[in-house]
Amino acid sequence: MNKITELTCIRCPIGCQITVTQDETGKVIDIKGNSCPNGYKYAGNEVVNPTRIVTSTVRVEGGELPVVSVKTAGDIPKGRMMDCMREIDKANVKAPVAIGDVIISNCLGLGVNIVATRNVDATL
Amino acid sequence: MTADRKAKIVIIGGGPAGLAAASSAVKNGTAAEDILIIERDHVLGGILNQCIHNGFGLHTFNEELTGPEYAQRFINIVEEEKVPFLLDTIVVDVSAGATKIISVMNKTDGFFTIAADAVILAMGCRERPRGALNIPGYRPAGIYTAGTAQRFVNIEGRMPGHEVVILGSGDIGLIMARRMTLEGAKVKVVAELMPYSGGLKRNIVQCLDDFGIPLKLSHTVIDIKGKERVEAVTIAEVGPDRKPVPGTEETYTCDTLLLSCGLIPENELSSQLGVEMNRVTSGPVVNESLETSVPGVFACGNVLHVHDLVDYVSEEATAAGKCAAKYVNAGQESEVYRTDAESAGKPASEADKHAADIPIEIIARDGVRYTVPSTIHIDRMEDLQKIRFRVGAVYRDASVVIDFNDKVFRSQKKRILAPGEMEQVILKKSDLEAAPDLKTITIRIEEAPKD
Repeated sequence: MNKITELTCIRCPIGCQITVTQDETGKVIDIKGNSCPNGYKYAGNEVVNPTRIVTSTVRVEGGELPVVSVKTAGDIPKGRMMDCMREIDKANVKAPVAIGDVIISNCLGLGVNIVATRNVDATL
Repeated sequence: MTADRKAKIVIIGGGPAGLAAASSAVKNGTAAEDILIIERDHVLGGILNQCIHNGFGLHTFNEELTGPEYAQRFINIVEEEKVPFLLDTIVVDVSAGATKIISVMNKTDGFFTIAADAVILAMGCRERPRGALNIPGYRPAGIYTAGTAQRFVNIEGRMPGHEVVILGSGDIGLIMARRMTLEGAKVKVVAELMPYSGGLKRNIVQCLDDFGIPLKLSHTVIDIKGKERVEAVTIAEVGPDRKPVPGTEETYTCDTLLLSCGLIPENELSSQLGVEMNRVTSGPVVNESLETSVPGVFACGNVLHVHDLVDYVSEEATAAGKCAAKYVNAGQESEVYRTDAESAGKPASEADKHAADIPIEIIARDGVRYTVPSTIHIDRMEDLQKIRFRVGAVYRDASVVIDFNDKVFRSQKKRILAPGEMEQVILKKSDLEAAPDLKTITIRIEEAPKD
């Protein structure tokens, strides 16, 4: 029996309704409803190996703000989101912080850095 | 009246709309030093600073950015161009006339006035508070708008609560459901009064489905329990009349209720100024140049109509900045903005005025709630004109139909149309010019025939 999964594409705001068909072995044999190659790739991944970007905040010492916003610089497996959050919660950074600064390198050994997404100046 | 300061273009609001408008005005020939951005917060960037999630900028920069990163791109442009801006400064009044007088206040300079040729309204919007929602029950601590909670968590680093119920499925509520969950809170349910969500699809997928948070459509809060602090919230299903259905009540113990029940453009200044308002959007009525009913006063971003994507705010503000630059560059003698007779120094005859002043009216009906702009002057329009609108219900396989003078001009099939997502059609100037005696353009939805 083929397995059919209906999903909403999240790669862009259009939110295409995509239908993915897998064969008995789980191999993707058909993807329909996407309107771009990103959607095609997303749908194929989403049924086999779903990934997400995680965004959060990290405590800042001596900054003009108490926290700085951060993100995973790339996708991580969807199932590792909460593990990633625990790593982010443990982190601390000294001001000043600039957009792109690596806060945690190679988080959880996933090959993805946690980087700052805001500039936070040091308090004078 | 002599003003304390002068500018050609004053931009009220330093969020995404104000920043993009400023950048565009510079690109279109207004000297940076002739522009002034007035921002009431202590930093530029507006609400984007607290929107730390990703998904911004796919249209504008072709990459996925977080809110603060997106804001910084525009702040960098404004700073590189040396566009002057005032922070921690609030506008208290704007008066109309050939020269606009903007009255402002801040802690260092006190009260002062600025004379400007053009004003761009870019004040954004605010959330509908509990007081506007008619929720029965006590008034304990623990009830916040989703955006307030977002500020607490993302800027101030504090959690507003641990067990959460969310009323309303607007995007900020959905985003906060995920954010609170990631920070260790338990989000028990999202209740939505309408039979559909007001938020973007991808937010429902990524913020609720990913974490198994139930979304209860056609449900509302009917009671809040707790005197000092929220202790529980009761929700019930609502019928088609949006009234609670007896017997469907469910009580959730929680310490926090977040409200994500719609955004209201912040138009107190616009109303004082006397610009004509649109009752559907709660924003100003504008023409093709995003100019309000007061000449030289332009509007863009969420103060004009609430957007779903900041990319569209930037795009709209870029258009407003260009039009404002054109307005001030042309000056008072502009042929673009005056009838031929007037620009030749003669008083315009009534007939001349009539011909120049009557634009094409854009009518929204049959499921289209409103359009921006509301009118088009063919002589002032660009070669391509975007008409943005929102629909009032979810439509599948329906068509967006454009009528010229009540005759179908174009019909476009859409797989899905939803109230949460802004739609647009693009009109070509050449098509409008070719249409004989064009007085009205209607945008409407034609539902697919039911089999």
